Amino acid sequence: MSIFVDESTVVVVQGLTGGQGRFHGLRNRAYGTKVAAGVTPGKGGQDVEGIPVFDTVAEAVAATGANASFVSVPPRSAPGAILEAAEAGVSLVVCITEHIPAQDEALFYNKLRREHPSTRLIGPNCPGIISPGKCNIGITSGDIALPGGPVGIVSRSGTLTYQAIYELSQQGIGQTTCVGIGGDPVPGTGFIDCLEAFEADPETRAIMMIGEIGGSEEERAAELIASGMTKPVVAYIAGVTAPPGRKMGHAGAIVSGSKGTAKAKIEALEKAGAKVAMNPTEAGEMMVEVVRDLGDHRFSSSIASR
Amino acid sequence: MDLFEYQGKQYFARFGIPTSLGGVASSVEEALRVAGEVGYPAVVKAQVKVGGRGKAGGVKIVSDADELREQADAILGMDIKGHVVELLWVEHASSIAEEYYASFTLDRAAKLHLCMVSSKGGVEIEQVAEEDPDSIARLHVDPVDGLRLEDAVDVVSRAGLDRGVASEAADFLLKLYRCYVEGDAELVEVNPLILTGDGHLHALDAKVTLDDSAAFRHPEWEALDAGRSTDHREAMARERNLNYVGLSGATGIIANGAGLAMSTVDLVSQVGGSAANFLDVGGGADADVMVAALEVINSDEQVRSILVNIFGGIVRCDEVARGILEAMRRVELRCPITIRLDGTNAVEARGILADHLSEKLMAEPTMLGAARRAVEVAGASA
Repeated sequence: MSIFVDESTVVVVQGLTGGQGRFHGLRNRAYGTKVAAGVTPGKGGQDVEGIPVFDTVAEAVAATGANASFVSVPPRSAPGAILEAAEAGVSLVVCITEHIPAQDEALFYNKLRREHPSTRLIGPNCPGIISPGKCNIGITSGDIALPGGPVGIVSRSGTLTYQAIYELSQQGIGQTTCVGIGGDPVPGTGFIDCLEAFEADPETRAIMMIGEIGGSEEERAAELIASGMTKPVVAYIAGVTAPPGRKMGHAGAIVSGSKGTAKAKIEALEKAGAKVAMNPTEAGEMMVEVVRDLGDHRFSSSIASR
Repeated sequence: MDLFEYQGKQYFARFGIPTSLGGVASSVEEALRVAGEVGYPAVVKAQVKVGGRGKAGGVKIVSDADELREQADAILGMDIKGHVVELLWVEHASSIAEEYYASFTLDRAAKLHLCMVSSKGGVEIEQVAEEDPDSIARLHVDPVDGLRLEDAVDVVSRAGLDRGVASEAADFLLKLYRCYVEGDAELVEVNPLILTGDGHLHALDAKVTLDDSAAFRHPEWEALDAGRSTDHREAMARERNLNYVGLSGATGIIANGAGLAMSTVDLVSQVGGSAANFLDVGGGADADVMVAALEVINSDEQVRSILVNIFGGIVRCDEVARGILEAMRRVELRCPITIRLDGTNAVEARGILADHLSEKLMAEPTMLGAARRAVEVAGASA
């Protein structure tokens, strides 16, 4: 099993005829993802290497049965594209677009919450989601991921997600699903949504969580880890040395006053019983121990064989 | 982007938010001219993007031109917590009956806008929150609904503002909310929001942080950018469209992705060094980007060692390797580079670098190993 995406996920790519959309859409298809359609207003009837393009998401869904959308359009069109996908009835929208104004994000997040509660948004400004061997939506390089579990990954950072996948795959530890929730202030899907989904997924046996400075999502995740989770969590928080008041690349990564510091997040997670690593490599090493301790021969033997 | 107080007040004025009559000045003569227009008594305020300027002597009331000349001269050029005062805001002194507080920002946990109003303005709101949390009235605003008049009236009443200005205060909040939403701000804060002797409200200070991502629909922001950063490295990086934050250490850092860049800065500190900067080259780490990044880092005289940490996803490591070699031909570097490349095409990349490795260009297989080496180099050449 996996969370949010699997073999039954059928994808429509909004912006398939654009440079980014084409590159990643085709790459996702080459990985084995069922990329059934593209959408670009005014370009209906064309195709991109055999993938039919429609004018609207509703048409694409009607024609192909797509149940997920991959949004790869510029910031000014992204809010409309996300809402259009929700209105067309897809249950998952993955938006990789960077630099969407925060006011727009707050607005479409709340519109989705109120008018389309059954549609899940991942992102914006995220690397996407991959269930290795089954489905890859977004920009993650699929060949670094190892199918079969038992670890689920959730991360705010793209490159640190790749780093985490790589560290685990190098050790012979597979992944069920890796979700990049994105570095913006209003992510559609947060740590808590992913932790709950991993907790409910029988194949996920342990979780790696990669956070960073800013906001209080990690602290709230710690409360869930303490109260509602049975599966072990290894965490890493980036930005321990970040100076207050400076945005470290991501719109959401900023320490404001005494809030959002890495120290507070690390303390909360440790108190909740998570193992907290000081760097990505150490997080990988900690996960090796956690997977060994699961006592499941399938996983420990693949570690031992490395 | 943080605005200076004077820019914030000008921004407020566009949305009909009342502020004091005043003007900006970069010299004593200009300050005299503005004060002559707005009338004495006047207030001279240092324009710096840092709190606590009043305590530092950067805000003075003057009753005539002689006093103004003396104070403006003293404040211009003053160093307030590392910020040198280059501009003054001169406004007519207000008669103050009460000092309140009002702000809008995003509550990231609730994913709603948060309005805060307090009858205890004039001091840092964090301090009020600690000492007298009940004096701050909070209101969550769903962006789908916007700020409703009845909710604005309610929050004003809960905050305990003078009942005589209740409807004026609600109107003030509606305007401030418009400024926050339509003006694409991350934060609008009025502290103090004053009740004047004749019973009206206006913004005596203005703290506005604009959302850089919304710049595409605000061409007028271009003009606000002047004097945005006094750090020459950051100015240089901005010209080159690099995502850069200046720090104070000796190890220059180049990484791809904000998370990995942050993580690299942390790691350098963990192994006993200190980073000179945060620099995320993003997904387009080709030769031109590497040249630009190395130029900025090379211009930082504190830098004694450079650490390049790339994890190839979309970025192909072989392109990064070629980019670095090209950059080394184009930029005369003052200090050695330690490089770690992993991910897409890392094997090819190592092959490309193999023939060029020397004391000036060292490769390490892991992130941790590379950080150690780079910090060692920074220390050794100290």
